[in-house]
Amino acid sequence: MKHPLSAITDRLVIAVPYLWLLVFFLIPFFIVFKISLSTTAIAMPPYTPTLGLADGFSGLLSQISELSFDNYLWLTQDALYFNAYVSSAIIAGISTFLALLVGYPIAYGMARAPATIRPTLLMLVILPFWTSFLIRVYAWIGILKPEGLLNQLLLATGIIDQPLVILNTHSAIFIGIVYSYLPFMILPLYSALEKMDYSLIEAAQDLGCPPASAFWKITFPLSLPGVIAGCLLVFIPAVGEFVIPDLLGGSQTLMIGKTLWNEFFANRDWPVSSAVAVILLLLLVVPIMFFQQAQARAQEQGR
Amino acid sequence: MNSSWSRFNITAIVLGFAFLYLPIVLLVIFSFNESKLVTVWGGFSTKWYVSLFNNQGLMDAAWVTIRVGLISATMATVLGTLAALALTRYTRFRGRVLFSGMVFAPLVMPEVITGLSLLLLFVAVGLDRGFFTLTLAHITFSMCFVAVVVQSRLVTFDRSLEEAAMDLGAPPVKTFFQITLPVILPAIISGWMLAFTLSIDDLVISSFTSGPGATTLPMKIYSQVRLGVTPEINAACTILIAIVAVGVIAASLVNKRREVQRLRDEQAAQRG
Repeated sequence: MKHPLSAITDRLVIAVPYLWLLVFFLIPFFIVFKISLSTTAIAMPPYTPTLGLADGFSGLLSQISELSFDNYLWLTQDALYFNAYVSSAIIAGISTFLALLVGYPIAYGMARAPATIRPTLLMLVILPFWTSFLIRVYAWIGILKPEGLLNQLLLATGIIDQPLVILNTHSAIFIGIVYSYLPFMILPLYSALEKMDYSLIEAAQDLGCPPASAFWKITFPLSLPGVIAGCLLVFIPAVGEFVIPDLLGGSQTLMIGKTLWNEFFANRDWPVSSAVAVILLLLLVVPIMFFQQAQARAQEQGR
Repeated sequence: MNSSWSRFNITAIVLGFAFLYLPIVLLVIFSFNESKLVTVWGGFSTKWYVSLFNNQGLMDAAWVTIRVGLISATMATVLGTLAALALTRYTRFRGRVLFSGMVFAPLVMPEVITGLSLLLLFVAVGLDRGFFTLTLAHITFSMCFVAVVVQSRLVTFDRSLEEAAMDLGAPPVKTFFQITLPVILPAIISGWMLAFTLSIDDLVISSFTSGPGATTLPMKIYSQVRLGVTPEINAACTILIAIVAVGVIAASLVNKRREVQRLRDEQAAQRG
C-alpha cells in the first residue's frame, strides 16, 4: 500500500540533490572543456568566443567554429606542462607508497588493540583530519626550516653537524603529503584489518608457518581492499595537490595543481588553465572510477 | 589473546600518533612564544593573541568564514542527507549510476579542478563572485561528505521499524521525522560538523570562487604565510584548532552518553 504523498516525496528526495549536483558539479566540467577550446582575450571574462545566443543561432555557429584545440597543442609543445604532469604522478605515487608503509603498522596495531580502546584510537586518528589542512602543512614549515626545530634537535644531539636542507625539496613534499593524508590511508586499512579473522594466522603458525610469511600469505592479501581504497584516497587528491607543493616545495617544484593555479591567478590565462584541468581530469578518470566501484562494492556489502 | 597486542603494535601506534600530533602541538606551543621567531623559545606570552584580536583584517575574515561555514554546513546537511536517502532507499531510478558517481567523485577530486570549474560556471551565468558564490561552492563540495557519513548509518538501519510505523498508518513523511530521523540524527550531526570544518578550512576552492569583500580566514592566513611565518598566525591557528577540538570532543561525549542511554533502555526493555 503506497501513500499518495509518497510518490511526490520520493521524487523530491532524488531530484533535489540530483539537480544540485548536475548544476554545480557536472555542468561546470563541460564549461571547463568549452573554455579550454577558447582563446585568451583581454576582456572580462578573459577568453573568446563566449558562446551565447546573443547573435542568434548563426552567431552561435560561427562562435563554435572559432573553437580550437590550440591550447592542447600548446600544452604538448611546452615541456613544462608535460614535466609537471609526470612529476605530479611520480611525487603522488612515491608519497602514496610511503603513506602505506607508515599507515599499515599503525592500522594493524589499532586493529589488534583491545576492543575497549579501539574507538578512542579511531577518534585520535580522525581528529587531526578535523583541523585545518593549511594549518597542518604550515606547522611543518617551522619544523623543517634550516634553522627549524628538527635541525635544532639533530644538531643538539650531535647526530648531524650541518643543518639538513629539507624545506623546499621533494622530501618536504613527501613528508607533507604523507602527514596530511595519513588518516585517509589508515581508516580503510583499519576497517579491512579489523574484520579479519585472526584465528587464520594462529592456525598458520600452529602449522609451522613463520610470522613473516603468515603476514604475506594471509594478512596482507585479506587487507588488500583496504590497501587499494587507502592508496586511491591518497593518490588521487595528491596528484592535483596545490597547498603542499606551494608551501613546502619551493619555487622549483613542478606539480600540476600548482601550474594550474599559476596559469590562472598569475598569468590570468583561463583557457590554458582549463586545458590543464581537462588533461588532469582525464588522467584521473581511471583511478576515480576504480574508487567509485570500490565504494559501491563496500556499500553493497554493508547492506 | 592479548599476546597479539604486542610490543611491535604498541610501538607502531605510539610513533604514529606522535607523528600525527607533534607538529600540531609544537604549533600551539610556539603561539605562546614571547620571541618573534617561531622556532626559538623566548618565554611565555599571550601578546600574539592580543595583536590578533586587534588585527581588523583577520577579524573580518574570521567573521566571513564563520557565516559561510554555518550557512553552507546547514544547506549541505539537508542536501547530503537527501542524497544519502536517495542512494540507500532507491536502488533503481534512471541515472542512478551517474548520481552515485557525482556523490563520490567530489570526495577525491583535486580541489583546483573543482574550484576552477565552479568559478567558470559562475562567470558563465554572470554571477558576481563574493559571499554568495563562495557559499554555493562550499555547499557543493561538503554535501558529498555529509552524504557518505549519513549513508554509512542508513545502510545499517533496521527498516522493519519504518515498515511497522507505516503498517500502523503513519504517512511516510511522518514516519521519516518520527522514526528515521531520530535514529540517524547522530550521523546527521557529525555530517554537519564535518561540513562546517571543511568549510572553515578550505583554501583552494574559496580562492577560486570568492570575490572582493569575501576573504576567508584560510585565504588570509595563506597570504600571510607566503610573506613569512609569524607567531600571530600560530595564534590564529591555535584558536581554530581549539574550536574544532572542543566541538569534536563535545560531540563524541554526547554520542557516548546517547549510546549508554540506549544500552540501558534496551536492558530495561529486556527485563520488563
